[in-house]
Amino acid sequence: MKTKKRIVPVISAGSLADVAFLLLIFFLVATTIQTDTGLNVLLPAWSENERFEPIENRNVLSVLINSENELMIEGERAQLSDLQTRTEQLILKEAKSPRLAIISLQNDHGTSYETYLAVYNEIKAGYNHIWEDESLRRFGQHYDDLDKKSQADVRKNYPLVISEVEPSRIAINQ
Amino acid sequence: MSKFKKKGKKGAPAITTASLPDIVFMLLFFFMVVTKMRDSEIMVKIQVPNASELQKLEKKSLVTHIYIGSPVEKYIPQMGTAPRIQLNDQFAEATQIPLFIANEKTKVVRAKDRDKMTCAMRVDKGVKMGIVTDVKTELRKIDFRKVSYLATDLGE
Repeated sequence: MKTKKRIVPVISAGSLADVAFLLLIFFLVATTIQTDTGLNVLLPAWSENERFEPIENRNVLSVLINSENELMIEGERAQLSDLQTRTEQLILKEAKSPRLAIISLQNDHGTSYETYLAVYNEIKAGYNHIWEDESLRRFGQHYDDLDKKSQADVRKNYPLVISEVEPSRIAINQ
Repeated sequence: MSKFKKKGKKGAPAITTASLPDIVFMLLFFFMVVTKMRDSEIMVKIQVPNASELQKLEKKSLVTHIYIGSPVEKYIPQMGTAPRIQLNDQFAEATQIPLFIANEKTKVVRAKDRDKMTCAMRVDKGVKMGIVTDVKTELRKIDFRKVSYLATDLGE
């Protein structure tokens, strides 16, 4: 049997570099270099003997999480989804002034970190919402778009104060 | 008489490989840019929780990491399965944190920047708060109060 001689066509490799370049640029644009993200928190200052300054009750929102990861707000069982609204209510309505508002957060040794962070996240969400509204009202801009100084200015009127009570083995009475 | 001489036999032309180094270089650069250098081996299993109110960690050089989670399989025979703290390359107790932070502080050259240092807590979501509180207490005692609880976005 006679085999036909195949002619191998010339593959031009000249444009390969261009293709590679395009790919490179595409990936450069498309990939976001992964950066760590987290909830930024300023821990309360340490004092050897915990002093309890009498704080007016209306200015405080007490939040408790027990070892079963159940939530209690102001002495009542509550859902995690309520916490953001309760936080905003405290700051805008219940407290004498938003500057005096304090969130008292207490957790148990057995509380899971996931729940704790979810609670913290909700409180932060409440404040972020208020800061956003305030910056839109005062500067007509989103809070994230403001410069550092204006952001601090907005925060000054609505300071985020979370007081973390030493955890104990508390139990929520039903 | 023709100016262009017709070539006789056409053999299989060689594929030029001249651009191959370029391509390889490009890949190299790409990976160089994208890869994140990990300076210490993580010896604990960590799956960070989800959250929505996240902020980016700025100034990588001013961030110190504390890992908390159950040891990975390799270390279970020595360490057990209870959640542990990892500082740098080794397991540690909460009481070692002041020394660790002091060490980290000396790595920051400019004294002015030392106040801006942040401690990134990479904690597994299943960990109980007891061990986290111990770490927090140690940090508060040495007045190192800027902390970031690492988490991923809910949307992703």
